[in-house]
Amino acid sequence: MRDVLQWREPVPLGGTMGEPRARGRFGEYGGRYAPESLVEACREVDEEFREAWADPGFRGALARLLAVHAGRPTPLTPAGRLSEALGVRLYLKREDLTHTGSHKINNVLGQALLATRMGRRRLIAETGAGQHGVATATAAALLGLEATVFMGERDIERQALNVFRMRMLGAEVVPVTTGSRTLKDATSEAMRHWVGATGDSHYCIGSVIGPDPYPWMVREFQRVIGDEARGQCAAELRTGVPDYVVACVGGGSNAAGTFAGFADTPARLVGVEAAGGAGAARGRLGVLHGCRSLFLQDDDGQITQAHSIAAGLDYPGVGPEHAHLRDLGRARYVTVTDDEAVGAAVRLARAEGIVPALESAHALAWVIRAAGDGDLPAGSTVLMTLSGRGDKDVSTLKELL
Amino acid sequence: MTSPALAAGAVERHLRARRDTGRGLLMPYVTGGITPGWTDYLRAFAAAGADAIEVGLPFSDPTLDGVTIQQASETALAWGASTRRILADLAGARPPGQPDLGVPLVASTYYNLVLHDGPEAFCAALRRAGVGGLIVPDLPVHEADELTDVAAAAGIELVLLASPATPQPRLAEISGRSRGFVYAVSLMGTTGERAALAASAAELTGRIRRVTDRPVLLGFGISTPDQAREARRHADGVVVGAAVMRRVLDGAGPEDLRAFLATLRQALDQECDRPR
Repeated sequence: MRDVLQWREPVPLGGTMGEPRARGRFGEYGGRYAPESLVEACREVDEEFREAWADPGFRGALARLLAVHAGRPTPLTPAGRLSEALGVRLYLKREDLTHTGSHKINNVLGQALLATRMGRRRLIAETGAGQHGVATATAAALLGLEATVFMGERDIERQALNVFRMRMLGAEVVPVTTGSRTLKDATSEAMRHWVGATGDSHYCIGSVIGPDPYPWMVREFQRVIGDEARGQCAAELRTGVPDYVVACVGGGSNAAGTFAGFADTPARLVGVEAAGGAGAARGRLGVLHGCRSLFLQDDDGQITQAHSIAAGLDYPGVGPEHAHLRDLGRARYVTVTDDEAVGAAVRLARAEGIVPALESAHALAWVIRAAGDGDLPAGSTVLMTLSGRGDKDVSTLKELL
Repeated sequence: MTSPALAAGAVERHLRARRDTGRGLLMPYVTGGITPGWTDYLRAFAAAGADAIEVGLPFSDPTLDGVTIQQASETALAWGASTRRILADLAGARPPGQPDLGVPLVASTYYNLVLHDGPEAFCAALRRAGVGGLIVPDLPVHEADELTDVAAAAGIELVLLASPATPQPRLAEISGRSRGFVYAVSLMGTTGERAALAASAAELTGRIRRVTDRPVLLGFGISTPDQAREARRHADGVVVGAAVMRRVLDGAGPEDLRAFLATLRQALDQECDRPR
């Protein structure tokens, strides 16, 4: 399938991924469409985050946790054999090498520190693939907090190992049996639970979705990916900045964090969605889970179920800032199929000795396809965020291969 | 200065008039399209002494609803319910020349369905179907600008919700901008039946009363005559949703619901006869 949306040329100056406009707006998207009972809680998170983010003490404490606990900085790995085969110069930002195995830990450590600063004793989280749930359980254990993780029953079945990891870390995992029994429904259930628990609990949203300030706050906590990669590219590349910056997009947190490091450069930004969960590429304007953005909907305005082999991309919408970057033409959003993603995972394993998460394999699948059909000109430098490692997907892959 | 009662829309005038006779207000809820002949419930509610009826337009992701309304929404959607069909049913339930229900209808839904056709088309469709008010639980007052004027122009009274967590200055803004009545959310939680009326209900209604004389209806968790009676001591009336829909989901027909709502009606009437 050909992608319809292109970058605007030259790359527009807007959309440099700073603070959102008044009322949490990214262009016409974002906002705080929360039930009245959550509005005050959102305001408190916003106020506390602004203070903390301006506080060198908080920044220092977070940087230290990211270094000594999560293993940052993560390396930039040249994908030598694959680059040669594809005719481009591909570099991988290795979020798969963080503690807990995905970029999710960056955001969770930030929010968990924020929660302790706010005097909260418990974290609430939703999870799809289980990576955000595992990261939340980990951060809670590290900081002496409780954790309650909502997870769709269907995801519990296909991500059994992550469920066990969360429980071993001391978290309570609550199965969600409504709707499609995946990430969308787990998010709804976590929000419902938060309404009754705002006094002692912080809702630790795992992606750049939700009511203001979450899309902005989560992007800022993930910005470390892009900032590190920017510095590493400056040292590694003759041009200093890659021609293309590529990341997979479910809600869009690893992409937002990566893009944030390059938004003010001429690099072309590419978000890769699952063909069955392409909120940015095929969604229409709507409001869900507290924000105004692009969501997959039927002709009556009901949210439709996303379908992806990668549980972390099984979300029928996209973060509001991605919707805005799309409208600006600053980033381009493309889709790949389950089969392409599985093929890419195998290819990375055999060419580079890295088994990626199926989510991250989507980003690579686009690089492979685009290098083949000339969408990526020969000789281009490409930075791709490898958002997570593939251990959690081994049983899924075993069925297929 | 115009008195608020004179500037009020039809729903608010109706509720104020009933309240001013000392009557406790009763607004039962039904999920539109829950059964093929669901509009029969409206007539049963009116016969039981409802003062307004809330008609839910089901949404796939009802993030502020507990299990009962979630199930009701799923069931209605599985029957093929949609905003368009429900509004067509409503228009058909009050054919020209036939006696009206005599009770104002208030639609409730999530903002995605309002945005889907655009606020103007959505409000115009409500109006054509004979709906007078609208409740959107995920549209808080600070995001409501886009809908407020459009709704007013279409003759739709946009009801805003107030919560126990709402600070007092914001409560004043909500009460000032709400139309029809102020929907007081009795507790920090989702919709659904509860064993007792939450303590936060009295505190919240007290705070709303300090800033408005608009009718105040308490909702969330009010499911028994005793709870309705207690709620009436604080508010002008009650919204009863999950307790109705649990019965409907269990197979209760319009006549059963008429009998159930009559017990609530009686409780509200008794409470207002008591010396206060």
